[in-house]
Amino acid sequence: MTALLTITVLVLVAIAIWQMTKIFELSQVRADNSQVATDADNKNNGYLLFAFLIFIYGITIFSFWKYTKFLLPEASSAHGADYDYLMLVSFVIIFFVQTITQALLHYFGYKYRGETGKKALFYADNDRLEFIWTIIPVIVLAGLILWGLYTWTNIMDINEEDDPLIVELYAQQFNWTARYGGEDNVLGEASVRMIDIDRANVLGLDEADPNATDDVIVKELHLPVGRKVNFKMRSQDVLHSAYMPHFRAQMNCVPGMITEFSFTPITTTAEMRLNPDVVDKVKRTNKIRAERAANGQDNSDPWEFDYILLCNKICGKSHYNMQMKIIVETQEEYEKWMESQQTFGQTMASMQ
Amino acid sequence: MSGTGHEHEEDHGHHHHKETFITKYIFSQDHKMIAKQYLITGLIMGFIGIAMSLLFRMQLAWPGESFPIFEALLGKWAPDGVMDAEVYLALITIHGTIMVFFVLTAGLSGTFSNLLIPLQIGARDMASGLLNMISYWLFFTSSVIMLLSLFVEAGPASAGWTIYPPLSALPMAQSGSGMGMTLWLVSMAIFIASSLLGSLNYIVTVINLRTKGMSMTRLPLTIWAFFVTAVIGVISFPVLLSAALLLIMDRSFGTSFFLSDIFIQGEVLHYQGGSPVLYEHLFWFLGHPEVYIVLLPALGITSEVMSTNARKPIFGYRAMVASILAIAFLSTIVWGHHMFISGMNPFLGSVFTFTTLLIAIPSAVKAFNYITTLWKGNLQLNPGMLFSIGLVSTFISGGLTGIILGDSTLDINVHDTYFVVAHFHLVMGISALYGLFAGVYHWFPKMFKRMMNKNLGYVHFWVTAVCAYGVFFPMHFVGMAGVPRRYYENTAFPMFDELTDVNVLITVFALIAGLAQLVFLYNFIVSIFYGKKTVQNPWKSNTLEWTAPIEHFHGNWEGEIPHVHRWAYDYSKTYENGEYIISGQDFVPQNIPLQENEEEMHH
Repeated sequence: MTALLTITVLVLVAIAIWQMTKIFELSQVRADNSQVATDADNKNNGYLLFAFLIFIYGITIFSFWKYTKFLLPEASSAHGADYDYLMLVSFVIIFFVQTITQALLHYFGYKYRGETGKKALFYADNDRLEFIWTIIPVIVLAGLILWGLYTWTNIMDINEEDDPLIVELYAQQFNWTARYGGEDNVLGEASVRMIDIDRANVLGLDEADPNATDDVIVKELHLPVGRKVNFKMRSQDVLHSAYMPHFRAQMNCVPGMITEFSFTPITTTAEMRLNPDVVDKVKRTNKIRAERAANGQDNSDPWEFDYILLCNKICGKSHYNMQMKIIVETQEEYEKWMESQQTFGQTMASMQ
Repeated sequence: MSGTGHEHEEDHGHHHHKETFITKYIFSQDHKMIAKQYLITGLIMGFIGIAMSLLFRMQLAWPGESFPIFEALLGKWAPDGVMDAEVYLALITIHGTIMVFFVLTAGLSGTFSNLLIPLQIGARDMASGLLNMISYWLFFTSSVIMLLSLFVEAGPASAGWTIYPPLSALPMAQSGSGMGMTLWLVSMAIFIASSLLGSLNYIVTVINLRTKGMSMTRLPLTIWAFFVTAVIGVISFPVLLSAALLLIMDRSFGTSFFLSDIFIQGEVLHYQGGSPVLYEHLFWFLGHPEVYIVLLPALGITSEVMSTNARKPIFGYRAMVASILAIAFLSTIVWGHHMFISGMNPFLGSVFTFTTLLIAIPSAVKAFNYITTLWKGNLQLNPGMLFSIGLVSTFISGGLTGIILGDSTLDINVHDTYFVVAHFHLVMGISALYGLFAGVYHWFPKMFKRMMNKNLGYVHFWVTAVCAYGVFFPMHFVGMAGVPRRYYENTAFPMFDELTDVNVLITVFALIAGLAQLVFLYNFIVSIFYGKKTVQNPWKSNTLEWTAPIEHFHGNWEGEIPHVHRWAYDYSKTYENGEYIISGQDFVPQNIPLQENEEEMHH
């Protein structure tokens, strides 16, 4: 049905274009046929340039009006607020400049449309003007650069202060695994060369390393709220990228290397589900899913909000479905969950 | 190839050699014919590249839907008309490769550098016609190989146009990384050779073959742009060649330049000690300058077309040249902004943020200068002029979001999302395509001795302009909602469900934009054969190419090459009493000597 509709639309547009050209051509019968713009062309296209300016503003306003609600909800990590604020300021600057420059460009296009006999102004240079519009971007950008660099340095300063939780994110085609350091909060040595699928040592942990014995390997990432988490990323095959949009966090996973990222989650999943924006989003989404269910389509189960870890570096056929659920919870809930997990040592022992 | 009426068997000017069909149309050493060959090859590749984008846009809007056209075009890759996930990746990969390299590098710079450098500097041909011919035929060969790779059994390259290893290095990682990737690499290696031969030729020609009086500061901005583009190409393309060669070695000869510690499909591979990050550095050392290799010629064309049609000198000629040089220099030291979260040292990220945001300054200067060029002009709104104005518009819209992406902090959450896709399509894709179109409409009479139909041109521009924003403006929001690029479908994430409507809107705009290009194609082909015959200087332009006769022959000018006495932008120049320098016309071509009482511009 949708396909048919689309094809109809396309055919109609094609006919419209064809008719438009015919009209254009008919209106040109009396005019000269040099294929160089005439005063009439200049006039028509001058007005169209002005209309186009309105279109640009229109699509901007339309997009903000309709699509702002689709944007990510407020950040759930400690550094996220800084990130969002810098983003907001950058956007204000961008839209200020965009609005003015597009207006000037298209308005000039309309205002100074050519007419026979009109004389253009021979105006080749003005050092002062050029100085002004060099120095203003310099100052604005200098401010943004300094601010950005300050924030960047803070975010990327990965250290062991404040007793961070150490978690390994392990990527492979096409799924994620997480490993906790266990009781000692220290990850055991690991390498792809020690992977032993038959013995369920899928992450290649060094069985002889005492630090590895209490490591906990899971398929669902649980994080206690308010505690800094230091992620160590590994990949066993190709590049992947651990993208946690709600936490404004992302880092590539590179085979042969351990990459790092760190953030402090500040909102639990339960709290986030009560966030008004999220409540609205879930409501909208479930409406769509209910429609799908009514039509007997796939992906129609009702949805409950969860933080998510996505793969964001092309990694092969199922790249589009490489994900892991993230659950942020209170310290007690986290500890309770952790106790119910098997350690690496226990798993190995059960394989004997 | 060009199909332009009259044959020129008789000899002209200084060149006395007999031309056969083969030497005139196929293995031609005449820069004008080579330009046409580049243009037509580039347009064919562009047609294929755009068609591919429409296919995967349909998949994104209606995921998993069955379309007969998928089955017809993709065959076994679309069983029952439903696009396969692997061919989706293949389509985006080849779309990117074709558009960036084959259309916007070779098609744009190849066409107009070849056409305009000799004509605008007053030379009879390129420094080496032979190298020029070889350059084109290498480009042609690489195009053919790239297209052949589409028919490989296991599928063409599908690791993204950046072909990051290990994905691109290991056939076990995806089926497109077998023969398809080998052909991709071979094609690109040949392409790079072609580009280098072309660029060296352009550089030598501009430096050595300028006519008398054509000092560097009298060069039209087109030539400055092509010249600097060629310089950047010579600096950066060899680095991509080395990356491609090392990757070929890793793939075929078991070396470990980019690979280390890999466990795939149940076994550990022997690779040890390489780094995919090294590949990223090498790739983007070309990849970023490549953006400017694509963009600078478009900006050069815009400068020329805009000034001519505004009947005004380009505002701030010196600043424009300085900006081109600054952009060229900075473009070679910003590549790391593609790698903020690649795992490289965060301190390097800071350095690259700094250099990246610096490049916004010359870009801003250029944009402001274009706007001022329009101010108080007498704008002749020909299709070429509209595309030039459109270019400035998309260059600003797309460039501004670069402030977000160039900032390492802000990049964290929008990296590799649709925000990036929207940004670079506007700032380099659409802008450069507009530059290409502006150039084709403007210099079509020079190439094919006939005019393109202006009304079809207007339809082409307005539909394209509306659709380009219709596609890419909403796409920013998709990206900021967190949707990663290169996803076959977004249905695996309920949080993206409500974005389906946006994707449908984008795709409908894209399909209409695709149709508008058919208008262009029709206009282009029909005008070659039946277009209105042109006069020698249809746009009343100052540059030297319009002093050459309409008829083409090897050598460009009969008799003496014109000498140059002024810069290229004496439009609407008057004496103090307000009279035009040449009474009755508002332009003074470069070959007209300074008149009595006329003040020379010291720009």
